[in-house]
Amino acid sequence: MQIAVSVNGTEYSRVIEPRLLLIHFIRDDLGLTGSHWGCDTSNCGACVVWLDDLPVKSCTVLAAMADGRRVLTVEGLERRGELDPVQQGFAHCHGLQCGFCTPGMMLTARWLLDRNPDPSEQEIREAISGQICRCTGYENIVRSVRWAAEHESAAADRDHHGLGDGSEGDDLA
Amino acid sequence: MQVPAYVEYEKATSVDHALTLLARFGPEARVLAGGHSLIPMMKLRLAQPETLIDINGLTGLSYIEVTDGELRIGAMTRHAQLLDSAVAGQRFAILHDAERVIADPVVRLWGTVGGSLCQADPSEDLSAAFAALKATMVIQNLTGTRTVHAREFHTGPYETVVAPGELLTEIRIAIVPGGGSAYQKVGRRVGDWPIGAAGAAIWLDNGSDSGTIADAGIGLTAVGAEHFSAAAAEDFLRGAPATQETFARAGQIAAEHCRPVSDQRGPADYKRHLAGELTARALGAALARATGAGPLPPVQRSPGQRSPGSPRPRRGGS
Repeated sequence: MQIAVSVNGTEYSRVIEPRLLLIHFIRDDLGLTGSHWGCDTSNCGACVVWLDDLPVKSCTVLAAMADGRRVLTVEGLERRGELDPVQQGFAHCHGLQCGFCTPGMMLTARWLLDRNPDPSEQEIREAISGQICRCTGYENIVRSVRWAAEHESAAADRDHHGLGDGSEGDDLA
Repeated sequence: MQVPAYVEYEKATSVDHALTLLARFGPEARVLAGGHSLIPMMKLRLAQPETLIDINGLTGLSYIEVTDGELRIGAMTRHAQLLDSAVAGQRFAILHDAERVIADPVVRLWGTVGGSLCQADPSEDLSAAFAALKATMVIQNLTGTRTVHAREFHTGPYETVVAPGELLTEIRIAIVPGGGSAYQKVGRRVGDWPIGAAGAAIWLDNGSDSGTIADAGIGLTAVGAEHFSAAAAEDFLRGAPATQETFARAGQIAAEHCRPVSDQRGPADYKRHLAGELTARALGAALARATGAGPLPPVQRSPGQRSPGSPRPRRGGS
């Protein structure tokens, strides 16, 4: 079947088998290997991307279900050549060691901060509770998200992060 | 690498279109809602439909509203939407209790209320919650609509009364004054299926001033309870005083009537213990809400912890 998906603002049209999972479409068909393919059982969250406005474990949706929708992956987090505050937070606070869970963690963190710009530690831990990190013990991930929240409020006048046709200022929260 | 077997895919654009597709593709077609149960089962070849009929485009089935004295929940309502719904939480706190412990926040964004019910996993949480609330399921086919009581909806593990060519479209719960409800679950880890869980709804005589139980609903999941409920315990509760002693006895009756099996989540006797204890606790929490005493904090113990005086559970199977 033919699908058309907007990934990080770029339109892709591909012929796929209906059984193809979204994570394999992103990694193998599009070559965007930033999204990681982990447990394959919707437990680890390494494969989290956004489908339209919401994070999803992309090992548990079909690429066919993304037809006509927008996908955001870690490659699309930066804006205007600058890392997203969440990415900067992970860099500043050592929010990763091996980095395998990081893309999924950052996409969920981005979604959390769009809904709740000043989350408590408990709210951050709840938001990422469906994602597994085997390196950090989560402490530095929580610190990274807090760092992003604090630096984002300082830069509140910046355009909000968006996805879609690449135009800036899309408000998808 | 786990991938589903070859499958055909159709995208429904309306309820009528979905029903037409279901009629055309017959019993080997499966409805694809959130997919967070079906796709994992397809990866494992536990489900191998010939055709998937994707109903994610049917946004008209995504709603929570109060109509004609009922709370009505569209079948495509996502778990996160039910958890975010103030009206659902005010009327039936059990729904928020249950949703808070279903999977994890990201999965809850996609998994649907109707999909969970139709998947009919014997450990599913909402099946117990809706059994406790004595909900009604609305099922549609090309010739019309029929309604089925929640307790007649499931016909066995992974089986429901929804026939080929039919679609669950709505869940209805009657709003009766003087009621309160709660859900208590014990799982091995956050987001897991329950080892055992109990939901309770309680309605007091003449509203919340009296201490007599007019009616009660108990929902049980993962413990082999017939129709996800505990009818004998409910019979005992009707007309009884709303006291902890009554609730403890109701829990015992519920435990006696369920048929848990030992598996990797725990031994049968521990699950039976949970059925009794969690039923009593859920009834107590439901009473507190019915009388306006406020919600009790949700109880989520790990199997290693135990309440004073309760029998020590045996170690789990893994």
